[in-house]
Amino acid sequence: MKILVEKKTKWGKYYGFYFLVAVIFLYFLLFFFDPEGAYNSLKVSGNIFIQIIPVLFIVILFMAFINYFLHPKTVAKYVGKGSGIKGWFLAISTGIISHGPIYVWYPLLKELRDQGMRSGLIAAFLYSRAIKIPLLPLMVYYFGALFVVVLLPYIVIASLVEGEIIELIESRKR
Amino acid sequence: MINPKQKGISDEKTKSIVMSFYHAFKSLGTALPTLLGVVLLLGLFLTLVSKQFIASVFTGELFRDTVIGSAIGSIAAGNPITSYIIGGELMKEGVSLFAITAFIVTWVTVSIVQFPAEAAILGKRFAVIRNSLSFLLAIFVSIATVTTLILIH
Repeated sequence: MKILVEKKTKWGKYYGFYFLVAVIFLYFLLFFFDPEGAYNSLKVSGNIFIQIIPVLFIVILFMAFINYFLHPKTVAKYVGKGSGIKGWFLAISTGIISHGPIYVWYPLLKELRDQGMRSGLIAAFLYSRAIKIPLLPLMVYYFGALFVVVLLPYIVIASLVEGEIIELIESRKR
Repeated sequence: MINPKQKGISDEKTKSIVMSFYHAFKSLGTALPTLLGVVLLLGLFLTLVSKQFIASVFTGELFRDTVIGSAIGSIAAGNPITSYIIGGELMKEGVSLFAITAFIVTWVTVSIVQFPAEAAILGKRFAVIRNSLSFLLAIFVSIATVTTLILIH
């Protein structure tokens, strides 16, 4: 039993590495069937990575900020258990303001959760990222201002609903 | 004359700032292989899947198309600008606004491509529940939005 548990932990520790190796293997396979497709995919990936480097530095800054200034008590006060409406407001508004791809925010959110942030608020943060303020003019161009004005409040409501459901599931788990 | 106590506190503060950055780098470093894998998968998706292929999947039946829109948005990934452009093109092809709304919402809130990263960093259970809920909620958001628009008009 102990050996099984140890093996599972090792898999968890190296999961990211195995995943990356699997994707690289996929590229090798694609290279044999469609070398041009593989090369173009690599180029597109390279461009994406160059674009996210500045965002990664911002995330590191935020994480260092949290490590240095915030303590579990402070995190718990604003976004932890019992933080109430304040917590929801912070989670949703920071989700809207956050930029860059969703996956660069995962390590930061894990850090906050380890310090006491509620899972429901993390879900609300991630869902409210559907509202992208800099891209609103483009959304208006394609779908009209009325569409955008009606859609945005429903996204906020949905992020609240999702957060509440996740909190309900978490509380039942305990 | 430098107060040894003050110097001690200042040294401690510097050490603490350095340690905070070190921990931040270490956290991100642990996530980096998964993040790199996700970026490589994104490159594959953006290169190999065309707009025409996405448009060909819709059937014309309202509710089914909404679910399909939600499903395709969940599988698709990349900059949300792409989803607006594809959404605009789908509108020209006659796909319903219900389907397009669900598509653009799930594009940002759900992702099969990013799921491995979310599961690895935030936990598999959380990732499964959040993505499933987001998929369903996108359908509700789409129905609510378009129905409201119809009622306003």
